[in-house]
Parts: sequence; C-alpha cells; structure tokens
Amino acid sequence: MSPDSKLFGALRFLLGDRARAGDFELGLYGRDGSVLEGRPSIVCLPVDTEEVRQIVAVCRQHDRPFLARGSGTGLAGGAVPVGDPVIIATAKMNKILEVDLENRIAWVEPGVLNLDLTKELTPLGFHFAPDPSSQQVCSIGGNVANNSGGPHCLAYGVTSAHVAAIEVVLPDGTVTVLGDLSADPPGYDLRGLFIGSEGTMGIATKIAVRLTPNPPAIRTLLLDFADVRDGAATVSAIIAAGLIPAALEMMDKRAIEIVEAFVNAGYPTEADAVLLVELDGLPGGVEHGVEVVRSVAERHEVGNIRIAADDEERELLWKGRKNAFGAVARIKPDYYLHDTVVPRGKLVEVLEKVYKIADAYDLIAVNVFHAGDGNLHPILAYDSDEKGVLERVHAAGRAIVTASIEAGGVLSGEHGIGLEKRDYMGMLFTAHDMATQDMVREVFDPEGFANPLKVLPSGSRCSDSFGQHVPEGAWV
Amino acid sequence: MSPLGAVPKEVHQFAAEVGPRDPVTIVGGRTQWQVGGAPDRSAREVSAPTGVWSHQPEEMTVRCGAGTTLSDLSEQLALHGQMVPFDMAPSATVGGVLSVGQSGFRRLRYGHIRDLVLQIRHVDHQGKIVTSGGPTVKNVSGYDLCRLLVGSLGKLGCLAEVTLRCLPVPETTRWLTGTMDPFELYSILYRPSSILWNGKQVWVCLEGVSSDVAAEATLLDLEETEGPPPLPTGGRSSIEPKDLKKLSIDDSSWIAEIGIGVTHTEEPTPVRPVSEANGSIMRELENRLDPNGRLNPGREVVVL
Repeated sequence: MSPDSKLFGALRFLLGDRARAGDFELGLYGRDGSVLEGRPSIVCLPVDTEEVRQIVAVCRQHDRPFLARGSGTGLAGGAVPVGDPVIIATAKMNKILEVDLENRIAWVEPGVLNLDLTKELTPLGFHFAPDPSSQQVCSIGGNVANNSGGPHCLAYGVTSAHVAAIEVVLPDGTVTVLGDLSADPPGYDLRGLFIGSEGTMGIATKIAVRLTPNPPAIRTLLLDFADVRDGAATVSAIIAAGLIPAALEMMDKRAIEIVEAFVNAGYPTEADAVLLVELDGLPGGVEHGVEVVRSVAERHEVGNIRIAADDEERELLWKGRKNAFGAVARIKPDYYLHDTVVPRGKLVEVLEKVYKIADAYDLIAVNVFHAGDGNLHPILAYDSDEKGVLERVHAAGRAIVTASIEAGGVLSGEHGIGLEKRDYMGMLFTAHDMATQDMVREVFDPEGFANPLKVLPSGSRCSDSFGQHVPEGAWV
Repeated sequence: MSPLGAVPKEVHQFAAEVGPRDPVTIVGGRTQWQVGGAPDRSAREVSAPTGVWSHQPEEMTVRCGAGTTLSDLSEQLALHGQMVPFDMAPSATVGGVLSVGQSGFRRLRYGHIRDLVLQIRHVDHQGKIVTSGGPTVKNVSGYDLCRLLVGSLGKLGCLAEVTLRCLPVPETTRWLTGTMDPFELYSILYRPSSILWNGKQVWVCLEGVSSDVAAEATLLDLEETEGPPPLPTGGRSSIEPKDLKKLSIDDSSWIAEIGIGVTHTEEPTPVRPVSEANGSIMRELENRLDPNGRLNPGREVVVL
C-alpha cells in the first residue's frame, strides 16, 4: 500500500464516504477564487469538532499537513493546496448553534454562510456587520481566516471587531477556545492573533460572532461625476468633513457601463465615475449626513445626485455594486481581481497609475472599490485563451502592488496574503519583522502542519517541513 | 529604512535605550500602574518617545510616540474636530493604555481600543525594532501582532510608535441619569455610547447630532447630568454582559458597564486564570519573544 492509501484508509474509517479522493472533488478543491491552482489528493468533509480533531490526529500520524477551507471564495490562493495537504472542508459544519440576544452573540459553525447568518438575524433586529461582496456564498470560518471586510466595514470595522470567541482545533490536535464572551478575556489576545492567520494557526470549529443592531434609518445615494478625480476628491472631503458613511464605494466608467448592461440599475453610463454612499443610524444623523455629502459633492462638480426612494431602489443600487465582478464577463471571459489599500488622498494618483499599467500590458482595467477606506480593487480583464496573457496579468499585478506601496499603502485590505502576495511581504516588512511574525506562527505550529507555505515567504521561515515549491500552474 | 516608511530617530534612540540586555521596566503615566502586579524594582526604567508625529485629518489617522500623553494627543486631534475615544486619565500615555489594554467607558459605541490600532512599532528583547500592521485604515498584510501587543503589559515588546484610527468628535454629547432599568435602556437605545449602573442609579451617554440625541433623551425618564460618575479604581471584573443582572444590588460600591460586562469595584479583583491549552501557548509566546525574561519582569499577564 502506498502511504496515501494508508492515510486514505484511516480517514475513510473515520468519515466513511465523507473522505473522498474522486477526480471531481480533487479538481474542485484544488482551486479557490484566485487564478492559482493546486491538486489535493484527499478531501474530508467533517460534521463536527470531534471529527476535525480526529482528522488532524490522523494527518499527524501520517506526517501529512492539512488545509481547512470554507467556501473557497478567497482571492489570494489561501485555500489552494501546496505541499499536498489533506483538505478539511467545513461545508457540512453549517449550523447556527445559538443566538444569545442578551449577550448579543451568536455561536455558529464555520461553514455557515455570511448572508445566511444575517438573514436569520434580521427579523430579530440584528445583523453580522462584515459583508464581503461574496457574502451570498462565503463562510464565517473563511471570514475569520481572512479577517474579511466588505463595504460596510468603513463604519463598523472588519471581522476581528465582530468575533468574541473561537473554538479551534490547534495544529497539534488540542481543542481550545480563544477569547470568551466576557468583557476582557484573561491573558494575551490569542483570538485577535488567530483572526486573519489564514488557517496557519489551526482550524476554527465554532465562532461566537457579535450581533450589530440594524440601523433605524438608511439612505443610499448615487453620485455621478464627469471626472473621476472629482469623485475621488469628494471621498477625501467627506471624511475630512467629519462624516463616516456606512459605506462609500466608487466605480469607474468602464465598471458603470458593464454593470448597467448587466443589472439595469439606472447607473449613468455617460459618467466618468459614480460614488455609492450609504448613511445609516438615527434619522437626524442620516439626514445631516445626506446634507454633508450633498454640499461636499457640489463643491466638487457633482452631476446628478440620486437618492434611493425605497428599499427596492436601494437594493437595486447595491445589486449593481455587488455584481460588478461577475459583470466583467461581458467584456472578457476571465478577470484578475486585485486588492491593495492606499491613503485616501492618493486614490487618484494610484488610479491613474493603474490605468497606465493596464495599458502598458495591453489589459483592460475596471475599478470598483471601497473608496472610503482607500481599498482599491482593480480588475484586470483578459481572455485566458490568449497566449502568454497570464504573464502580462501577473506583471501588471506586481506593478499595481508596487505603485500602491510607493504611495504609502499596504499589500492587502481584505483578501489576505495567501500564496498570491506571499513573496511580496518583503515590500512591506523587513526580514526581522517577518522573522518575528514567523516566530509567533511557530508557537502555534512548530512543524508547519496547518496550511503550509502560506502568508510568509519561505526565506523568513524557520522551518519548512513540506517542501518549498508551488505546484505547476500556480503562480506566486 | 523599513519598507513601511522611515523609522523616526526617536524610535531608534528608544531602541538603543532598551538595548539587548538587562531587565527593563517601561514607564508610562503610571495611571494604571497596579495592573499585572508591581514590576521588579531592580529593572532599569525606560520611557517611550513622545510627540504626535503626523495627524492626517482626511485619512483620520494619527501617528505618535507611544509615550505621548492622552492630553497631548487629544489637543492635537481637537484642532481638526477629531478624537481617539480612549476615556482614560489625561496623563496616561498612549502606549500605557494599549499595553494595559482595557477599554474606557464608551466602549459600547466605539468598540474595544485594540480595534483603533492600525500599526505598532515595538522594540523587542534584542533591542531591535519590529513593525507590524500598516498605516492605512484597512489592512490584512501579515500576522496581526498589534492585537497580541495590546494588553501584553510590555512583556512581549516595548511599544515605541503607534498609528491609530481617529473618529470625528460627535456634535453633541449628553449624560443623563436616573433610576430606569439599565437593561431596558440597552434594548431601546440605538448604539448609546455608555450605560453605567450601580444597582440603583443609571447613567447614560448619548452622542451624535443634537436632534437624534434630543429625540432619544425624550424617550427616557432621566435627568441631565454633568458626566459619568467617578469610577471605583480598586478593581475591575469582567463577566458576560448578561450576567451583570446577577450583581448584588444591596452593595452599591461598584459601577457596571451595561452591554460590556465590566464592573469597576473598590476591592481588588483577582486575575482570572487561563485554560491550560491557552496558557501553554501564552507561555511559549513569552519564551520565544522574550527568552531571558528581561521585558517588564514582575508583571504577569498570564495566570494559570
């Protein structure tokens, strides 16, 4: 028997037909939302913490790493298998275990989908604040792994601010709870350290999320501009005026055109840029916010200001924003979505560089992004049938990341580092910074069993038990 | 030069002061000096650099030396109508507040103070500078060591420079007091800034535009007051928010933060132990990040 068949046999014994090695699963779980691709040899679908613990134990007995995975919507290759890990997919751990209104907490399993949780909470007057564009399909466990954001984290903060406690299976198989429901959990904030660690410090098996009260009033505005620079200047001026909208999103001309053709939301296709601004809270503050936005925008040559009259119109405006990525298929069959953050004041400068970079590499750039926190999401549209196009896409991506960092920005606002930006970490951190980060990671996983070879470049790692190389077809 | 911008000379000087050997105790404003126990007397005292180094109102971020006092920070931010809602003594330092890691009384609206931290530069046990986080308001680049440093009482590193998220100062701040049920108040108000309760009397802080604050105030059978009551400083217990209902109302020497779970008491509160599994990770973090135990010896974050 090969080592793999022994391992597979042990997992079969544990999970029955929820341990799989068929071509369909192996193809499916070799990818995430990025263009990177690997190929696992075994996929497990546990239903509870105990099964996760046992899978980890079996993997360790067979000296094989493992990789926990949610819905696979990540865009940085964090869930792409390298080093031949056993995939632990949380799709069947999808129960909302408890809604505790007195503590304003819900305990959920990691496979619960983000929007399903919010739908469950809405009638109770609450929601889960992080709302990534993929919220219809992304899982809470994935949100924890990536410290996910979304349009509304401008006012409400990212996942870390909305998780009180996490039950985890540590890489050595120990089950423990990081954080608790009390005001100040004792000891160091391991919960905060774990969130955003992209599955390299263990596997979340239960999550206590904080419930945010639904705002009594909401106003959604669509502002159009004949010049994208005025739109960007409006963003900075709104924030400088002391207003933090619930969301402040921007779309450029090309994005407006494709989204409008796709959803017919009445977006002004003649505009150079639109801002989607949402204000929420108590009615007085919301109306005050509308006036601030209006007066700031008027000082910056705004065209029309459309205010959604009702929930239906509001949803239509958001539908355009949230479906923008899919709509790119109207111009090219494939796209590469980037994620960097720059100071708000540098938005225009970096956007102009993005267009120039795309031109230089003969690609089409579409920009739909969280302008309010300077979080750029340039989309490079391409056709993968074109010979050599991926090399151009990657070279352009690197140039965009470089331009963002030169403008005082960071590598990623919400997609994470994964494989995609692993080898860019040195653009932002010194070797000593990265060695310190790795020392902390090593405390959780000295042998590198949990999602190996992600986040930190191999040179900064003290140990790499599972090989250095990225599989063929994957790009770093 | 660090890729994340030039490291200020003050931070280099501080790193040299901490150096690679001998026990050191980092001193802030000594406003929460008792937390974690008294530091070793033989340790050399060091203080983090001071000064607000850059405030960008349109970015709503501020970068300062960790030794900057809250009053100096507030003064600078107020010039542009902004604040960092720490709610601690004005003589406390930014680094001290973060190292202790306890939020102020407006956490109900503004969240935990750790969520205001964007980037930290600290000096490690070798006297070397480490940067983590990023200067922008949103960032997930690399492991979040900032979270680990907040509440670490300087035992994993000495905070040298901090970049924080700022917030606009609300148009109106009003404190109200009376005898309403605090838990009912919590359920009817939309994101109040604070609800404090001593078992008999309640204090509520409402913030926002004046029309909203006035409208919410009229819902309540409460009277205007100057501000929060003085909070007992002897101890601070932390429980689940719903368990505040179980507090004994016969003895009102405490003040509780409704919706949060903090109770300020006259008597010292014993530090809660951590679980064995978490304790071994925490001890190993201390061993790895400060192998010789030279950073703030005597203080204890972890009780097993």
